[in-house]
Amino acid sequence: MRRAVPLRICLIMGIVMIIQFFIPHRYSQDFYTKVLDWNIIIGIFALVLGIQSLFHSEWTKVRRRRSGWGFSVVTIVAVIVVAAIGIWGGIGEGSVFIKIYRNLTMSMQATMFALLGFYMASAAFRAFRARTKEATVLLIAAIIVMFGRVPVGDLVWHKLPDFVEWILMYPSMAVQRGILLGVALGSAATSLKILLGIERGWLGGSK
Amino acid sequence: MTHDIWIWAGVVLTLFIFSSLYKDNPFYRFAERLFIGATLGYAIALTWHNVIIPKIVLPLQHHEYILIIPLCFGLLYFSRFFPKQAWLSRWPMAFAIGTGTGISLPLVIQASLFKQLQGTMITSFTFSNIVLLVGVITTLTYFFFSTEHKGAVGKIARIGIWFIMVSFGAAFGYTVMARVSLLIGRFQFLLHDWLGLIK
Repeated sequence: MRRAVPLRICLIMGIVMIIQFFIPHRYSQDFYTKVLDWNIIIGIFALVLGIQSLFHSEWTKVRRRRSGWGFSVVTIVAVIVVAAIGIWGGIGEGSVFIKIYRNLTMSMQATMFALLGFYMASAAFRAFRARTKEATVLLIAAIIVMFGRVPVGDLVWHKLPDFVEWILMYPSMAVQRGILLGVALGSAATSLKILLGIERGWLGGSK
Repeated sequence: MTHDIWIWAGVVLTLFIFSSLYKDNPFYRFAERLFIGATLGYAIALTWHNVIIPKIVLPLQHHEYILIIPLCFGLLYFSRFFPKQAWLSRWPMAFAIGTGTGISLPLVIQASLFKQLQGTMITSFTFSNIVLLVGVITTLTYFFFSTEHKGAVGKIARIGIWFIMVSFGAAFGYTVMARVSLLIGRFQFLLHDWLGLIK
C-alpha cells in the first residue's frame, strides 16, 4: 500500500501521457493541458514545503543566536516584504514590485554573475597551464573564441570572428550533439526504469 | 549624479557584492542573503498572480470543482509534517513524476535523439559537414565504455578527446566573454546611470 500505490500512480500516469502524445485529437490536447495544470497546482504545495523548510532553518538560526543570525533575519524579511508587495501591490508595469525586481534583484543577479568572470579567470590561470597537448588545445580554443568575440579580434585577423563562428557551429556543436545523444539515451532509459518501478529512489528510504 | 533612489539602491547593492573581491565581509553577505530572500519573494508573488488566482481561485469561483482532486493530492505533501502519515506524500510525487516522465519520454526521443541524428547526417559533402559527422561519432566513441579503448576504438576515442577539448575550450571562452559582458554592463550602470560620467 505504502509503496505499491505510488508506483502504480506513476506507471499509469506515465503510460497515459505517452499514449496521449501519439493521439493528435482535440480531446487529447485538452487532456494534456488539464494534466499540466493539475501538475502545476500540485507543485504549488511542494513550493510551500520548500518555503517552510527555508523559514524553519533560518528561524532556527535566529532563535539559537547562531553566528550570522542577523543575515537570516535579512532573508526572512526580504521574502516577506517582496512577496507582500507583489501580492497586495500587484505585479504590473510601474508597480513597486517591478521596480524592486529591475533595480535590486536584477542588479544583484548581474553583479553576482559578473563576479564569476573574476573567479573563472583566476581558476583558469591555475587549471589551464599547458601541461599536456590536450590542455594546450583547450587553451588555444578558449583564447581564439575570446578574441574572436571582441573588436580587437577583428583587427588582429579580419576572418577571426568567422573562424570562431565555425568552431562553435561545427567541432563544438559536434561534441555537444554527441553528449546530447548520450544524455537522451540515458534520460530515456532512466524514464523507463522509473515508470516500470525498477528505479525507486524517489520513494525515499522508509517503508 | 542621479537622484533616483532606486538607482542608488542598486548601486549600493552592486558595490556590496563587488566588495567580496577583496574578501568575504558582512556587506557582501547582507547583499547575498537579500538576493536569496528577494528572489524567493518574487517567485511567491508571481505564483500567486500567475497560478493561484487564475488556475485555482477563479475556476473554483466558476464552480469547476474537479480542481479539488489536484488540491487534495497537493495537500498530501503536508503529510510530511506527521511522521506516521508521511508516506502519503509519495502520492502527489508519484503523480508529478509519472506525468513528467510520460510527457518527457517521447519528446526527448523525438527532439534530442531523432532530430539530432537527422541533423548530423551529411546532406552535402562539405568539409564542415564531415567535421560535424566525425566529431559526433568520435565523441560518442569516447563516451562508450562497454568496449575497452584499444586498437581502432582507442584511436577513434583519441580523436574524440581532441574534439572534446576544442569544444570545452570554446565553451569556456564563450562563458568568460558572457561574464565579461555582464561586468561591462555593471560598470556602465555605475559610470553612466549613477555617476553620469559616460554618455
